[in-house]
Amino acid sequence: MPKSYADLLREARAQIREVSPQDVDALPPGAATIVDVREASEWEQGHLPGAYHVSKSYIEQQIEGAAPDRDAPVILYCAGGVRSLFAAQTLSEMGYTNVASMSGGFQAWKGAGLEFETPVVLSAEQKQRYSRHLLIPEVGSEGQAKLLSSKALIIGAGGLGSPAALYLAAAGVGTIGIIDFDVVDLSNLQRQIIHTSDRVGERKVESARTSINALNPDVNVVLHEEMLVAANVERIIAGYDVILDGTDTFETRYILNDAAVAAGIPVVHASVFRFEGQLTTFVPFEGPCYRCLYPTPPPPELAPGCSVAGVLGVVPGILGMLQANEALKVMLGIGETLAGRLLLFDALETEFTELKLRRDPNCPVCSDAAVEARATGRPRAVSNVGADAPFLLTTTGLAGKVSPEARA
Amino acid sequence: MSTVFIPAVLRPNVGGVKSLELEGDSIRGVVEALVAKHPSLGSQLLTEDGDLNRFVNVYVNGQDVRYLAGLDTPVAPADEVRLLPAMAGG
Repeated sequence: MPKSYADLLREARAQIREVSPQDVDALPPGAATIVDVREASEWEQGHLPGAYHVSKSYIEQQIEGAAPDRDAPVILYCAGGVRSLFAAQTLSEMGYTNVASMSGGFQAWKGAGLEFETPVVLSAEQKQRYSRHLLIPEVGSEGQAKLLSSKALIIGAGGLGSPAALYLAAAGVGTIGIIDFDVVDLSNLQRQIIHTSDRVGERKVESARTSINALNPDVNVVLHEEMLVAANVERIIAGYDVILDGTDTFETRYILNDAAVAAGIPVVHASVFRFEGQLTTFVPFEGPCYRCLYPTPPPPELAPGCSVAGVLGVVPGILGMLQANEALKVMLGIGETLAGRLLLFDALETEFTELKLRRDPNCPVCSDAAVEARATGRPRAVSNVGADAPFLLTTTGLAGKVSPEARA
Repeated sequence: MSTVFIPAVLRPNVGGVKSLELEGDSIRGVVEALVAKHPSLGSQLLTEDGDLNRFVNVYVNGQDVRYLAGLDTPVAPADEVRLLPAMAGG
């Protein structure tokens, strides 16, 4: 027996509970998963705050990403309240037990004067370039827009910084700052894959920019061609959302740590030695800082750099990519970072080991007492490097006040 | 016997092996057994006063002994002890 549209609509209305825009507006935040089933072009004109976008044509394929729990309340809406009824029927067939459709749809919502959000609209080219990100519910166009407006600083365009910079650039991180004062050497190319044979002798920051912009011209590359020292660290790191530490000296690592804690900027830390690597993310005051982990640097003979000890090229490659992964999570605000955990990698055994890290209650940089001492202008003396750094005299650093692009 | 994992940078001091089986019912006991076997490690792991050097972290089953009982942290036979110096390479 053929059915008309009117028959189908009648059946859907009989089967699916409908709620008014006012009912939806009155829900406490998080009480239901709200899903917009319109087409992308409609979503871009505005949508309910906090809603997910799963167009009706993809509802079967993508709803589990937005609403994994089949017994949790889900409210669907479209433009006028019809497509969402049919989509809700589909969800019922899929086993969703608590599905409702918002009557009157987005038109009724807007007509009632209720609040809505207009998403950041990516250009057609960006939609294509980042399409694999846009398909992931945890990233989507909102996450991509976040990345495009995020700023990551990479300390060192070397073994760790090369893969990290390339992947962050590919991911569409809008501003990537690179600090390096060195030039490309032939011996770098065994692992520093952002540089090329024909750029030996060129400044590393310039070479890195060439590769990044060849991969993704969306990225604004900020070059800091200087050595990171106590006198410039506060100025250089200001305004960045996340820092990737890929230097090869302890002094720089301590200087960076102290300034980043003062400025409240997370640092994704990695270091390598021959076949081994260490990785963690220092989120100021949420987890330990570098000084909590290693209160003092080892003597030089116990900690040779890559130029002395050597390193299997792929080791910084792997660790640098893990750094990029941590940085992306920080910028997107998703997942669990390695804050409070130290990940060890052993390439010879292909083995990852995780160690638990804690904040040192007596840390000279990130403990409550150290923060208070900075606030009152009497910073605690730090027994080794970086003690004379100017940022120890400030409370919060300059984060967010100066844009990195403006200083490029 | 506890298994003590030796980081690459210290392996030349222990004949190149990745781990050693050592007797000891505390970190102090295990470290003393290690140093007795490989005396050149002594100055790298311990201060002149016999404390752990601050630049070498020691973990028992993934936990930093500085937040347990330091050198007095008990070690059971099946425990994994890991020495971990800072590394700077990038």
